[in-house]
Amino acid sequence: MKAVNYAVLALFGAVLILAGLSLPDRGDPTAPLNRDKSAAGTPNAPSYYIRNPERDAATPNMVTVILADYRGFDTMGEETVILTAGLNCFLILRRERTKEKRR
Amino acid sequence: MMRRDDDAIISLVSRTVSPFIMIFALYVIFHGHYSPGGGFQGGTMLAAALILVRLAAGSDLAQLQFPRSWGTPLGSAGVLIYWGTGFVSMLCGGNFLNYAFLPVSGPPPHHRNLGILFIEVGVGLAVMGILTAIYDDLLEGRPHD
Repeated sequence: MKAVNYAVLALFGAVLILAGLSLPDRGDPTAPLNRDKSAAGTPNAPSYYIRNPERDAATPNMVTVILADYRGFDTMGEETVILTAGLNCFLILRRERTKEKRR
Repeated sequence: MMRRDDDAIISLVSRTVSPFIMIFALYVIFHGHYSPGGGFQGGTMLAAALILVRLAAGSDLAQLQFPRSWGTPLGSAGVLIYWGTGFVSMLCGGNFLNYAFLPVSGPPPHHRNLGILFIEVGVGLAVMGILTAIYDDLLEGRPHD
């Protein structure tokens, strides 16, 4: 059974490596992600995000603008996830004070 | 549990270093517009400064700096700041989280600049509060460590 597991794992790794080999190079200007227009002729998001943060938000750091402005909903979800994790720790790990006193 | 030995060097160094970590964390939060950084990173560093004192001086003594009961409320306050910024911009006529409609003076890019700052402060507060609260929750049942 263990041999089957390792065989499946090796197969999966081989598929991933094959898929990774056919990815476009970093910064390749002809890759679909880096083109100015998408295949449908609409403006592509990455080139817009690189050109316009200074004009839109008066902020030189484009990472901050993407994180907090263009992708504000995403960051809001991340923060809510952190709060949920903290509340779950609170609910699971905290004990009731009254019971400890009774012991 | 083992008895805590108070080591002068450890307590002195941690007490000296903690405020400087906090200052740098605030710099990381508020300078996130111009350099790498932001709410998540700065909040983590604030929590690191608080947890450093908790580790070195013990949780009992660290209550003077940051009480156990503050973590979760501060985290919730951070999330409320984020959602509140979104709702204020919605009440003032824009879409949810469209900072251009925030009720401040100046042209819209500066509104967005300020909105990003509010967001980062909220994220920093939430991350700091929740990380410290998780550390305190893990110590539950050993209140004097």
